[in-house]
Amino acid sequence: MAKLPKPEELSKIDYTPPKTSWMDTPVVFKEGMFCHGSKPKSLDIVGFPNPRDWRPADADWKLPENWKEILLEGIAERLEKYRSFRLFMDICVRCGACADKCHFFIGTGDPKNMPVLRAELIRSVYRKEFTLAGKIFGKMAGARELTLDVLKEWWYYFFQCTECRRCSVFCPYGIDQAEITIIGRELLNLLGLNIEWIAGPVSNCYMKGNHLGLEPHTIVGNLEYMLDDIETVTGKRIKPTFNRKGAEILFVTPSGDLFADPGTYTCMGYLMLFEELGLDYTWSTYASEGGNFGFFTSNEMGKRLNSKIYAEAKRLGVKWILGGECGHMWRVLSQYMDTWNGPADFLEVPKSPITGTVFENAKSMKMVHVAEFTADLIKNNKLKLDPKRNDHLNVTWHDSCNVARGMGMLEEPRYVLKNVVNNFVEMPEDTIREKTFCCGSGTGLNASEDMDLRMKGGFPRANAVKFVHEHYGVNMLANVCAIDRATLKPLMDYWVPGVNVCGLHELVANALVMTGEKERTTDLRGEPLPGIEQKEEKA
Amino acid sequence: MKAIISFIAVLILAAIAYVGVDVLNMQYIFGVVIPYLAVAIFVIFMIVRILKWGSSPNPFRIPTTCGQQKSLPWIKYSKLENPSGVLGVLGRMALEVLFFRSLFRNLKTQLRDDSQLTYGEAKWLWAAGLAFHWSFLIILVRHLRFFTQQVPAAVQLVEMLDSFLQIGVPLLYMTDAVLLGAITYLFLRRIAIPQMRYLSLMNDYFPLFLIFGIALSGVLMRYFLKTDIVSVKMLTMSLVGFSPSIPQNPISVIFYIHLFLICTLFAYFPFSKLVHMAGVFMSPTRVLANTSRVKRHINPWNYPVHVHTYAEYEDDFRDKMKNAGLPVEKE
Repeated sequence: MAKLPKPEELSKIDYTPPKTSWMDTPVVFKEGMFCHGSKPKSLDIVGFPNPRDWRPADADWKLPENWKEILLEGIAERLEKYRSFRLFMDICVRCGACADKCHFFIGTGDPKNMPVLRAELIRSVYRKEFTLAGKIFGKMAGARELTLDVLKEWWYYFFQCTECRRCSVFCPYGIDQAEITIIGRELLNLLGLNIEWIAGPVSNCYMKGNHLGLEPHTIVGNLEYMLDDIETVTGKRIKPTFNRKGAEILFVTPSGDLFADPGTYTCMGYLMLFEELGLDYTWSTYASEGGNFGFFTSNEMGKRLNSKIYAEAKRLGVKWILGGECGHMWRVLSQYMDTWNGPADFLEVPKSPITGTVFENAKSMKMVHVAEFTADLIKNNKLKLDPKRNDHLNVTWHDSCNVARGMGMLEEPRYVLKNVVNNFVEMPEDTIREKTFCCGSGTGLNASEDMDLRMKGGFPRANAVKFVHEHYGVNMLANVCAIDRATLKPLMDYWVPGVNVCGLHELVANALVMTGEKERTTDLRGEPLPGIEQKEEKA
Repeated sequence: MKAIISFIAVLILAAIAYVGVDVLNMQYIFGVVIPYLAVAIFVIFMIVRILKWGSSPNPFRIPTTCGQQKSLPWIKYSKLENPSGVLGVLGRMALEVLFFRSLFRNLKTQLRDDSQLTYGEAKWLWAAGLAFHWSFLIILVRHLRFFTQQVPAAVQLVEMLDSFLQIGVPLLYMTDAVLLGAITYLFLRRIAIPQMRYLSLMNDYFPLFLIFGIALSGVLMRYFLKTDIVSVKMLTMSLVGFSPSIPQNPISVIFYIHLFLICTLFAYFPFSKLVHMAGVFMSPTRVLANTSRVKRHINPWNYPVHVHTYAEYEDDFRDKMKNAGLPVEKE
């Protein structure tokens, strides 16, 4: 792996386009900018085509002989299946409004990372093969032949897009590069051209229920560690249940929360909150993944992985489902799950057993985001909170792309946040809410071999954090996304040292006054609470 | 280069009309046959295009949410940026189509020397786009006077408003100037901004030059090279009445150039990016309401898929589950 350049070098970005036109500039695979190719085993497990050992940087990708035919048929099929795709191939006027909205373009200066050009990579082939003008006028009409070079370009750039949809906010026709990338990746998967960082978690999730491949006993074991830590902090021993039939609520969260910090602190937050509420809920080791790397593979794979959630809710006989903090998980749940695997008519409309609030907004899909759930609790005064315990933190809020632009959950987490911390500062307004910037590592690009790409893609996000860090002393970047929790930490260490990353419910649990708890001296991370050190010194 | 070729293409088109009418005297071809043909192509192929879009379903409900969702009753939600029903969508689309809402958001991202990113106001594209489209529409409405025996009051009103500055004889229509100005801006920004130049295709320059040519020939005709307007109306009315005839009094060649460029635009339209005129009304990220959690959205081609069932999962892990104290279905 090439060494990651220093931030001073990486932030010198050259926006000058190449001398040669983009059609005549073949793709160059730069070390650190792409992920390892999928392993045969990962594709085999889920029955994907063309499992083999291959390396993206190799000239020979070991493609089936009729690869071109497969792709063209694949495009034709998808044009008939998706109005989005068909329309977005035709109506772009190349006004360029999307160009400098993409974090990968801002961070790399590579013109093919302008959403408009990334889409042109596939649009040019569409024109050649599927439109009269393209067939007659060829290059003059912006059409070009599908060649191996073009295919490689697709691969390189469709894995330099995190489907964050920021471009589609600014597009006058709502053209969504995420749709084009989703379909582009689906096409690549017809030839076995996935990346292992997606294909591996997909096969894990299919067989074991979660991306990380945590087996049932490991999930229980991991939670035990967290329960130990909670006991240390609060003096309370919590006993959650797993795979329990007859529970009122099934709780599903991204498996990242079960595995590594700072996600685990968020997970401790859920455990403490639910304990304090006396919630009748259960974890599942089978539906142990809220996220969905299948969604980054193909629509069908997304549906296959997602099916476990409703299936498990039915098997356990719960009334409704509560979902943990995640980003893309919630785009999939809110815009796809009910369509894919519904109707969930065996469930009831979610109703908070604590406040009696009926979540009419989830009437059909029957699943509530934990931030919505907690906002309702706080509004109804059901939690005893001591935000002073978070006074050592100066928090800013990162809207995760998918909950912002694929759902619109903007105020709920802010409401919760404002009630559990005293120091909250927003980042500049053009970098939050619907205009929020991606962490740069979404859609399965959070591997270790593509660090250059991740640091470049995350540059705009980090840059906004740096601004509030320097101006307002922000030292904590809170969010509701498991991928963010895993990827923003290295991003902060690289660009804005001194800023930590946490989930919303870590802060909730810090502030949450639990019945019968001992006097807390540390936060969930074992850091002394503000005021405690001085107290000890005085004593 | 792409711009130059596009420019030359439009010049050639104008020359064709000039030679065809002025040298070869093919008034009937250019005044009757080609206009009918162009309009027929436009109508037929636009319908084909729209039916084609329509034949592909929206399998998923994928609005781009640009504001707060409707969730808890005490949280104010954004009816227009994140619509929860038909009314909201109508409002969102009205803003989008009439005022280019999304383009209004445009920002200019810049990297300062101290590595700070800034996001500046960038409303010129929005302003020029809006000026261009509205002028075009008003000019189109004004032209209705050539296609109606009695000029409708509404058209007269538009004409009056458009010329209220009362400059020159004949009175200057503001939209003529605005249209030319806006096109010029849209062209210059394509040439001047390196990224724009890099991503632009002939498909982008050609319509700009073509519309510029149409506007310019129209302006020349109205203000400078006089044309027998009565004869023009006789021709257009004969076309509308499907009893086409070329008027006795000759119409100057500039009219035929104007008309031929318009015909080219009509015929070119359904095969070009200009179809965004119709496409914008069908864009799933804008016309779908954010209701997928409230009401099940049906995918017409949804099909059963292979899944790894709980029973299979338990078979894989039964012993481990039992050892960890987890309940199992089968012992």
